[in-house]
This record gives sequence, C-alpha cells and structure tokens, in this order.
Amino acid sequence: MEDLELLAQMLAGDEKAFTELVARYNSTLIRVARYYVGSDASAEDVAQETWIAVIRGVSSFEGRSTFKTWLFHILVNRARSVGSREHRMIAVDPNESNGLAPSRFDQGGMWREPPVPFTDVIENGMVNQRIVQLVREAISLLPEPQQAVVTLRDVEGLSTKEVADLLELSEANARVILHRGRTRVRADVESKMKERET
Amino acid sequence: MMLSSPDLMCREAVELMSDYLEGSLSRRDRRRLEKHLAGCPLCTSYLEQMRLTIAASGSVTPADLEPEVLDDLVELFHRYRESPDDT
Repeated sequence: MEDLELLAQMLAGDEKAFTELVARYNSTLIRVARYYVGSDASAEDVAQETWIAVIRGVSSFEGRSTFKTWLFHILVNRARSVGSREHRMIAVDPNESNGLAPSRFDQGGMWREPPVPFTDVIENGMVNQRIVQLVREAISLLPEPQQAVVTLRDVEGLSTKEVADLLELSEANARVILHRGRTRVRADVESKMKERET
Repeated sequence: MMLSSPDLMCREAVELMSDYLEGSLSRRDRRRLEKHLAGCPLCTSYLEQMRLTIAASGSVTPADLEPEVLDDLVELFHRYRESPDDT
C-alpha cells in the first residue's frame, strides 16, 4: 500500500496504518538522526519525537512533497536542534580509505587482484535475497556520514540534492561520500562472496 | 581541434563509477571512462557489481521493530490523537 493511503487511514484513526508507516521508516529515521546526535539513545528519542509530530501534524501535510521527504524534514529539524552542540560540519577527507585496498592495483594502476565475480545473484531479472541481505549488513556497518548518505540515496531513493539538503552537505561532498559508501558496500559483499567460494 | 585526454587506468576508472551511475560526470570524464570500459572487461565487471549493489540497496527492507518500541509508539498514537491540544 502506498504511503499516502496509509496516511489517510491513519488520519481516520487506524492504528495499523500508523504501525505500518513506523515499520517502514523508523530504522531510517534512527540512522539519519544518528548522523546529527551523539548516541543511539538520543537518536531513538529523536525518532520518537518525530512520530509524535507526525501524529499531531498529519492533517497539515499538504502533499506537495512525498510523505517520505516531509517525514525526513521533520526528523532533521528535531535532530539538528538536539544535536547542534555535538554536530560538526562534515569535512571530506581526501585520504580516507574507501574500502578498496590500494594493493588491488599494480604500479601501473591496472588490476592486480581483479573483482571477484558475483555469481547467482539474479533471479527472474531481480537481485536475490541473499545479496540484499549481504548489502543490508554492509550498510549497517558503514561509518557516518556514509551510512546516512547511502541509506537516504540508495535505500530510500531520494535524489542526491535532497540528501545533500537534509544532511547540510554540498552536492559535491554528498557524491564523494556516496561513492565511498558504495565502494565499501561492494567490497564487503565481494569479500563475503570470496569466503563462500573458498 | 580537441586535445586528447590521457587514457584512464583501472585505479582511476573505479573512482568515477559512482558518479557515472549518478549521471554526474563531465562529458570529458564520461567519454574517458566509456573508452576505458570498452577495452577492460575487469572494470566492466566492477561497474556491473556497483549496479547490483545499488539495486540490492533499493530492495533492502527495514529490520523488524522491537515490540517495546512499537508498543510505546502505539500508546503515543492514541494519546496524541485523542487529545490533540494536550502538549
């Protein structure tokens, strides 16, 4: 069921519609809140306050943005006010490792240790659950800010501009962080594929 | 006359792939990468893995909620819905 249908049912007092929305988005809310605040406990509190704001303010949702974007903006406003003392602007470290060891390449910059093939990952034209599970684990292990950027862009499907706005990053920096996060997730999945083969 | 750009090495090619998939590379870099990919099956395979990784990310569903978290929120739902002026 679409978010907007659930929202309409929730407005009519349907508890199940509310819990379905919570099930869809609570883990992302906590992950994005964690980008701004200093502890998991604060992030959970911010997520809970966000749901209260949704319950109280749902009738003011005008539908100009998607529900998801509206929800994430509420979250970020709250997380910012809680986390303003802890949050520092994210600088992009040009030397930070992106999860692909330099030793994978030879002196001439060509592959020394080529990518391990991803085998049996497509079923009926879709990626199968095994690789989805590996990717889910890999994302949960990403450091911030990569975890928030990859979650919003690749899991929730927001545009890079929306992600940059929510996280107070320039679009260029959001893309660098996205690149590093994706590189790390791919490398993590690859190492699991390798374990399976040996 | 166009100046020709130096050919990419694999190490550089992998650095461009996320932006390539975002459609945010400059025309020059896109051409350099596509030229490299045309002659490099290993980087082509790497790019395909990046695509699969992103596709799989889009299929990730949230972990199940802890029952206590859900119970708390359901309670809040009824409290704030029933007395909307109660701050």
